Amino acid sequence: MNLVSSRPRNLARPSRRYLRRIGLRMSPSRISALLAAGLLILGFLPFVKLGLVVNGLILGSVIALGAIGLTLVYGILKLGNFAHGDYMALGAYVAFFIVDGVLPRVGIEGAGLGPFTFGFPVLIALPLAAAVVALGAIALDALIYRRLRDRAASTAILMMASLGVAISIRGLVQLIWSGETQHYPRESRQVFHLPMDVRIPPDGLFVAVLAVILVAGVYGLLTYTKMGKAMRATSDNPTLALVSGINTRQVVWWTWGIGGALAAIAGVLLAVVQAQLLPIMGWKFLIPLFAAVILGGIGNPYGALIGALIVGVSMELSTQWINPSYKPAVAFAIMIGVLLARPRGIFGDTQ
Amino acid sequence: MDISGVIDYLIGFAIMAMIYAVFALGLNVHWGFTGLFNIGIAGFFALGAYTAALLTSPPPDPDQFEDFIFGGNLANQGLLDLGVDAWFFLGLAAAALVCGLVALIIGTITLRLNDDYLSIATLGIAESVRFFFLNEKWAANGSKGLYRIPKFLGDVVAPENYDYLYVVVALVILLILFAAVQRAVRSPWGRVLRAIREDEVTTAASGKNVFHFKLQSFVFGAMIMGIGGALFAHHVRFLSPLTFDPLLATFVIWAMLMVGGSGNNLGAVLGAFVVWGVWAGTQFLPGVFSDPSFRLLMIGVIIVAIMLLRPGGLLGEWRRIVASRPASAAVRDSTDPG
Repeated sequence: MNLVSSRPRNLARPSRRYLRRIGLRMSPSRISALLAAGLLILGFLPFVKLGLVVNGLILGSVIALGAIGLTLVYGILKLGNFAHGDYMALGAYVAFFIVDGVLPRVGIEGAGLGPFTFGFPVLIALPLAAAVVALGAIALDALIYRRLRDRAASTAILMMASLGVAISIRGLVQLIWSGETQHYPRESRQVFHLPMDVRIPPDGLFVAVLAVILVAGVYGLLTYTKMGKAMRATSDNPTLALVSGINTRQVVWWTWGIGGALAAIAGVLLAVVQAQLLPIMGWKFLIPLFAAVILGGIGNPYGALIGALIVGVSMELSTQWINPSYKPAVAFAIMIGVLLARPRGIFGDTQ
Repeated sequence: MDISGVIDYLIGFAIMAMIYAVFALGLNVHWGFTGLFNIGIAGFFALGAYTAALLTSPPPDPDQFEDFIFGGNLANQGLLDLGVDAWFFLGLAAAALVCGLVALIIGTITLRLNDDYLSIATLGIAESVRFFFLNEKWAANGSKGLYRIPKFLGDVVAPENYDYLYVVVALVILLILFAAVQRAVRSPWGRVLRAIREDEVTTAASGKNVFHFKLQSFVFGAMIMGIGGALFAHHVRFLSPLTFDPLLATFVIWAMLMVGGSGNNLGAVLGAFVVWGVWAGTQFLPGVFSDPSFRLLMIGVIIVAIMLLRPGGLLGEWRRIVASRPASAAVRDSTDPG
């Protein structure tokens, strides 16, 4: 995507090269790969429990929210952010603090809103937690990553620093909220029963719908706004973006802002779906996140979305045959498989 | 606490610090000399420890509700009696071998690709190893763990004096590994590793097979970590999957190498003693300072601060070649009339 040559009227549409890059244009090898995957899925369908697929899609939407932020940061800042899972945990705990410590003081309390287990306070806390983590991510960049980038540090140094940030955030969360299990105020609710023994928990439906809205929002932002285009341009070629007058500092801010906000929301939703908060929940989520990012091709948000759904469904489906505690190992196995077969992800070039 | 109590404590401290120093040396081969980003040390730690423990422990005891199947070496089954100490060394070798094999597989898959993939893959291996030992009771007694790991030389020394014997064992093995790593990185092979770390493309252009060198370095470092794991198993003599959480089995070791100075073997050993000293010392502090969460936070802050402020660590790398003036400059000086 080259911003220098695109005339203003073109700015409203994604360029052909961009469409090609995200896999909307089909090459023969890509079509055959997708066909093979489709046949594989169809072949398996009679043997799987549909309920697990539904659970997988819900888990996949949570992974997607985390993975989209992770892949944007990875593509634009060339940083595989090991702290991303802990941004999720931080978001979940900030929301917990608001729901548990702040809102009751002004008289806002409750659980069991309509069909959902959680109450109105969680809905208020959601955007606030997103804002806090987004600002925190931007501040951490100014404090740490920008200095390392200015020094032209290698990607490994940046990742090492992010590992330090991850450990620090987890230590801080444990210090403030203890390592014990917490949960948002909740009331048990009936699950929706559908034919073919499919049961959908209402919370899962909420998670999936919110994820779809947010992903659509990110798509709109990346495709139609000037900042979104600048972000994509920076992801493609940072130097070219800089010389063509893109304010890369603002791009960095927006990237961290979006990534942090999505991570925080993913964290809250994960805490809602799992019905508990643990300081280590984010770190444990890293492998599925990275698996989704690599599956979709690093730097490709739409790929991350598809990758997340595949990883989520595979993780849940695997419980039909193997011990559920191996779910993260399933995500890891998928990642290794992709690295062996298509290291640039299912939508990437084969070279 | 009387003086002999203090000495006992210091001996125990020294053993742990030396075991950590072995890991820091292995990580130095990976990161310090080759630039391989391994954040799954815990995986090799656990594999090494479990391999050595399973090879030397007595067979499972049904009365104790032990239901794993691998335990017990051939001597325990009356097949091959080499004496207790021989099995100890065989355990070390087997631990190195198993870790080397796993590193070979993971390295072959990821080292051809971008640098970042290795780190994510090692993270996955560490978690998967932990899940495996946690869930598969037949392999190593699951979460109840292995708790009858024999002492080195069995009951030759009195149980209360075991640490005095073991500190010598750990020191000797640390010295041997230190000499081996030192020799390896000073050899032409080690120079290629450092060249890869500094500039992969140029190294490839001068005819070196970057992938093979990286793979060798990755396997070599992993084998050292395996030996460290085996040493750990015979020291604490109890293993459970919870022993190998990422904090104490990965991050602390990273902090040690960072503090000591990556690229410097003496720095790695020094860092192990300093960080373990701080870690063990803060135990005695009052209030929040001895809180495990606070120490976790501190480990993270130390890593970030060193990355930002003093990337070389305490000692830093000895750059003999860079520090001395290039030969061409000396020639130019001697011919320069001014």
